[in-house]
Amino acid sequence: MNIHEYQGKSILKSFGVAIQEGIVADTPEQAVAAAKELKTKYNSDWVVIKAQIHAGGRGKGGGVKLAKNLDEVKEKATAIIGMQLITPQTKAEGKKVNKVLVAQDVYYPGASPTKEFYMSVLLDRAKGRNTIVYSTEGGMDIEHVAETTPDKIWKEEIDPRIGLQAFQARKIAFNLGLSGNALKEMVKFVTALYKAYESIDASLFEINPVLKTSDDKIIAVDSKVTFDGNGLFRHPDYEAMRDVTEEDPIEVEAKNAELNYVKLDGNVGCMVNGAGLAMATMDIIKLSGGEPANFLDVGGTANAERVEKAFRIILRDPNVKAILVNIFGGIVRCDRVAQGIVDAYKNMGSINVPIIVRLQGTNAEEAKKIIDQSGLKVYSAIQLYEAADLVNKLLKGN
Amino acid sequence: MSVLVNKNSKIIVQGFTGGEGTFHATQMIEYGTNVVGGVTPGKGGTKHLDRPVFNTVADAVKNTGADVSIIFVPAAFAADAIMEAADAGIKVIICITEGIPVKDMIYTKEYLKGKDCRLIGPNCPGVITAGEAKVGIMPGFVFKKGKIGIVSKSGTLTYEAADQVAKAGLGVTTAIGIGGDPIIGTTTKEAVELLMNDPETEGIIMIGEIGGTYEADAARWIKANGNKKPVVGFIAGQTAPKGRTMGHAGAIVGGKDDTAQAKMAIMKECGLHVCESPAEIGKTMAKVLGKVVA
Repeated sequence: MNIHEYQGKSILKSFGVAIQEGIVADTPEQAVAAAKELKTKYNSDWVVIKAQIHAGGRGKGGGVKLAKNLDEVKEKATAIIGMQLITPQTKAEGKKVNKVLVAQDVYYPGASPTKEFYMSVLLDRAKGRNTIVYSTEGGMDIEHVAETTPDKIWKEEIDPRIGLQAFQARKIAFNLGLSGNALKEMVKFVTALYKAYESIDASLFEINPVLKTSDDKIIAVDSKVTFDGNGLFRHPDYEAMRDVTEEDPIEVEAKNAELNYVKLDGNVGCMVNGAGLAMATMDIIKLSGGEPANFLDVGGTANAERVEKAFRIILRDPNVKAILVNIFGGIVRCDRVAQGIVDAYKNMGSINVPIIVRLQGTNAEEAKKIIDQSGLKVYSAIQLYEAADLVNKLLKGN
Repeated sequence: MSVLVNKNSKIIVQGFTGGEGTFHATQMIEYGTNVVGGVTPGKGGTKHLDRPVFNTVADAVKNTGADVSIIFVPAAFAADAIMEAADAGIKVIICITEGIPVKDMIYTKEYLKGKDCRLIGPNCPGVITAGEAKVGIMPGFVFKKGKIGIVSKSGTLTYEAADQVAKAGLGVTTAIGIGGDPIIGTTTKEAVELLMNDPETEGIIMIGEIGGTYEADAARWIKANGNKKPVVGFIAGQTAPKGRTMGHAGAIVGGKDDTAQAKMAIMKECGLHVCESPAEIGKTMAKVLGKVVA
């Protein structure tokens, strides 16, 4: 689960991580009030208006603007709130901005130059341990840095038995070229950041940039916080931060129906039992000349009710020109699944796209008979290659 | 011979009296698996499915001599169940449970280091040695006895492969479902190694998914060890978008190295027989073995 920058920062702050302070606003008027408050609290003459959407690269799309006075705050907040923000990480149509974060200006001049760093915390899957990844090249696309200057990225592995140690935090600060007070501040920053990561069942922290200010403070200017969905049951307060307007409405509906669905851009929908077979079925669609319209794992209990829900969700997508149902009935009997498909089809009444049903496993032959004798516009198959051929033929026929 | 489990394995079920545990333990017993008892804290001393129930894994081991455990405990308590099994001296721990928090598995994996046991899973269909022992949730009848070992991250795709293998006139020695989570006890390479060292296994099917480096690591190991047995490989998720979790918590493309295409390229380089289509797994194995035999 992803959350917004302002939510991530509030969590980080609660663990003692220094952040660029800010106030979230839904309207230009609230943004102006926020700017006034930031002036009083932090003596910030300038403020930054930052669009709150779940995607990076917001600055490139015009979603982050500096405002030097209250008129500019109003003008820029008006422009950003409600805009359709397109960034390198959004889909072509972009994402609607509902909120902005009005944040203090942290790039003020002072005794020493400001410096931007990159820092993330994530799982190193090969080692089964958390790792802090950091770089002197802050504020940039880290994948680009990894390709062009890999020597400027370091990794620090955390031993789960003892957690992050002080020497590791110091090593990070030294590698980033810090000294004096900035070094001490960075040690505090890293220590608090890792404590936060451990405590909230996160699966990714990405702070880009981490800023050394001109007066040697170390602060998080941005925050990307992602939670391990499997750990959320321990954190109902964080789960409440979920913003469904950021998610695809069909995916939200599927989640509420307890179906594992991911919307894709293709023309052939699919309904499968098991995640691996579902991905393999998407691949089959592609190899047969189509493009998968979705990932959908209907789970172990493919009864009529679930099958109908799944059909309804797949058909919400207008690009779907055919549906491939691929069920390997092990402990689930195929004839029951077939009956479920026939019942769902009859209940819905208005399925106008061809359906290919491949049922293999327990009672597959009986299942094929049920499908073939139903009189419905449903094509049946038992072998996987037969289903692939049917997809190919149907797409050519169209 | 076979790997991990056989007809002499003494198997206990953790979460024995729950819905999932009861259903699958019944199926395992019907298959002929040697289930010697189960564990449900608080129900020790009772009987379930005509077998003794114990309060702790240690009690079960002491009274039955169990050496294999299968876990159906809910996600919030499953990591604890794994560690309890390891502490009690269980040698093969098979965790079916899906949805264990990554943080719990980081600690569990650390706890298991240096202990004389092997964890399979979590979030896996289990292990089956055809005709001997089904320690998992797979449909037993699909796995005909034969000469092919299967290693897979996915449940239903394992059944698909076993079915294709049977239709191609071959059968299965042991099928190992290693699981679809980001942290699992036994990696692809370790499972492949077990089957490479099994004299009855003549060919290996290795089924992976997007995300992580396990398949690439296994492929490099296979090559470094001289490609002793033919390995047919498939990676699910060639059409999966970057950055989205595809059902399995571990099935997510992070960068350019963990895509299906990147993994398949490495597998080909290392001399594996890679199928582009999951419909070709059985046929490819038959063809490869035909060549090898001739």
